[in-house]
Amino acid sequence: MKTLVRSLAAVVVLTLVFGFAYPALMTGFASVAFAGKSTGSLVHRNGKIVGSRLAAQAFTWPRYFHPRPSATAPAYNAGATTFANLGPTSPDLAKAVQDNVQAILKLERPYNPGLSAGQIPVDAVTTSASGIDPDISPANAAMQSGRIAAIRHVPLATVRSLIKAHTDGRSLGFFGEPGVNVLELNLALDKLGGK
Amino acid sequence: MSGQGISQIVVYSAVLIALGYPLGLWMARVYTRERGDVLERGIFRLLGRKSSDDQDWKSYGKTVLVFSVVFTALLYAIQRLQGHLFLNPDHLKGVSPHIALNTTASFVTNTNWQYYGGEYTMSYLTQMAGLAVQNFVSAAVGMAVLAAVVRGIARRSTSGLGNFWRDLYRSLFYILLPLSIVLALLLISQGVPQTFHAHATATTLQGAHQTIARGPAASQIAIKQLGTNGGGYYNSNSAVPFENPTGWSNFLEMLAILLIPAGQVFMFGKMVAARRHAWVVFAAMFAMFAIGVGVNLPAEQHGSQVLRSSGVNITQGHGQSGGNMVDKEVRLGLADTATWTVATSDASNGSVNGAFDAQTAAGGAVPLVNLFVGEVIFGGVGSGLYGMFFYILIAVFIAGLMVGRTPEYLGKKIEAREIKIAALGALFVPTMVLVMTAVAIVTKSGLASVYNHGVHGFTETLYAYDSQGNNNGSAFAGYGATSFSASLGAVAMYFGRFVPLLAALALAGSLAQKRIVPASAGTFRTDGATFGVLLVGVIVLTAGLMIFPALTLGPIVEGLMH
Repeated sequence: MKTLVRSLAAVVVLTLVFGFAYPALMTGFASVAFAGKSTGSLVHRNGKIVGSRLAAQAFTWPRYFHPRPSATAPAYNAGATTFANLGPTSPDLAKAVQDNVQAILKLERPYNPGLSAGQIPVDAVTTSASGIDPDISPANAAMQSGRIAAIRHVPLATVRSLIKAHTDGRSLGFFGEPGVNVLELNLALDKLGGK
Repeated sequence: MSGQGISQIVVYSAVLIALGYPLGLWMARVYTRERGDVLERGIFRLLGRKSSDDQDWKSYGKTVLVFSVVFTALLYAIQRLQGHLFLNPDHLKGVSPHIALNTTASFVTNTNWQYYGGEYTMSYLTQMAGLAVQNFVSAAVGMAVLAAVVRGIARRSTSGLGNFWRDLYRSLFYILLPLSIVLALLLISQGVPQTFHAHATATTLQGAHQTIARGPAASQIAIKQLGTNGGGYYNSNSAVPFENPTGWSNFLEMLAILLIPAGQVFMFGKMVAARRHAWVVFAAMFAMFAIGVGVNLPAEQHGSQVLRSSGVNITQGHGQSGGNMVDKEVRLGLADTATWTVATSDASNGSVNGAFDAQTAAGGAVPLVNLFVGEVIFGGVGSGLYGMFFYILIAVFIAGLMVGRTPEYLGKKIEAREIKIAALGALFVPTMVLVMTAVAIVTKSGLASVYNHGVHGFTETLYAYDSQGNNNGSAFAGYGATSFSASLGAVAMYFGRFVPLLAALALAGSLAQKRIVPASAGTFRTDGATFGVLLVGVIVLTAGLMIFPALTLGPIVEGLMH
């Protein structure tokens, strides 16, 4: 009985400390020191929220770089992330990969006649783990660069230098892998002007 | 494997030891200091006379159980009532009964199995005042019990193992809270959200609307990594860029998985004054960790048959990490996902930064086996090492049989009672997991949870009960929530947590009463390489032989088929 009373007291105190005081303290600090980062890394254009640099969004128009495939419903739902959960031997996986390969060949070949399946980087045809992977591999960006240059009537060199500028290298030059932030890259392309 | 990938793994291991060792010495001081601080003395005055007395194993265990029951009631109530409570800006409804039951079991037992998607099921109140509190408390319970068990090994001719309330207080305020504050601040600096604002709505460049979930995430992610809890703020856990935005955040979160469990090995060495023995135990754990990475990473880099026959480029280099990128993230790549996969399944953490379900047969078999050895390769905070003592005693016993002497461990005679308890502690969970898997496979209600058909469906089922029974919480996520699977899972988690916990306390109670026998020439040494090899052998044989038949029905067939 004594143990029960003590446990009840502990539950109240621990909930106050770890459930309210600790997160409130962290939130207070975050809102002062990292106002933008702590509220979802939102990206604004002309005063409006156009997305988050940490979430892929649907890009289907040919004038934009496309992110990796997504398994969320609808695709690129940053309110309900999910894995695709297709096993390594799943026929559904085989079909999804094949469909993605065909779609890419159809989209890119008018601008890149020699493109073959063997030149498509694996991240372009596979779903990401979050469904909102904001990055594509530099190889994937390079594959799409010919189309972007042709449709936007800008020199390929310009597109390439934009890709380079929006590639996040490894953290501290060491941890993780390089990735190209698709939303920021597309925003930079739009800023170039043109059609 | 790339040079870059390997050097990332080497640096990870070096930093783990460099930080884990001093942390271990610090923890030993925390648990052995006689006089408490002002706050601690104040708490005991409030809790009443005798509340600070030394407890024997039965009293200690009883306190743990009552305390956990009270939290169970609170956590269940918060989830069911969240629709009527405050801090619910997205107006989420109450959680359904069987999901709430499973989730309660999951967080009280330090498992964090998730049959729900965090960002669209749980209100900010539930996440903060319910789940995140349990992340702290269930971790601290494990740490407290370990402190008591280690005292049992260190003390002689006594029945007292320490005081639960004191151990709980010190675990929370001297270890978990300071580390969590530091980690949360670092994660916020990398872009992990920490806000009470509701979700944001964006108008995308193509004119569509996009919902962006956020909330007080960083504070919760810090403790879910440090306390080997693993339950994500977001559904896709630490694969989600909001939960794990950069390579640096990934390194920190991955370090946090093993930091305390690794430190506890050194803490144990200090508290029982057997540092060489502790290093041997650490080396045995580390060797098994390294083997896991050594199997998983090449398998994932090689990719699945589906990817190879699709003809796309899976070769590493020239601007990509290549390999099996299905359900993995570009910024994390293969090496960091492989290291995380092994660390999280060794440590009963269960957080993921890429889906296990999509890993190759050989790659995915690594976490499955890691879980099955009972989460003792570092293991959960506290629970990993107290689980390891079962295997250590069995190893000592076998060595004793081989040389024909009564086995001794750190100067104490190991007799029938200790070996019985150790065998129960080591074998109870794997047996329960196999029985539950069998039940789930032969019943209609069990099969309703399976997403992928055939062999992979069996692997998913086995993994589900393996993960819950061993309090890991990671998933081959293709296993759905039904009232059957949620309830069976809840039972698995409670028994998987409290049977080994009580067995460890009983063992400690029994060891504490013994006298010290001086070591003689015939004493089997536990501080050399021979013992390390024997220990690994015992773990592999005991757990390996139990799971091998099940493995042949799952990943092995899958690997042979393709």
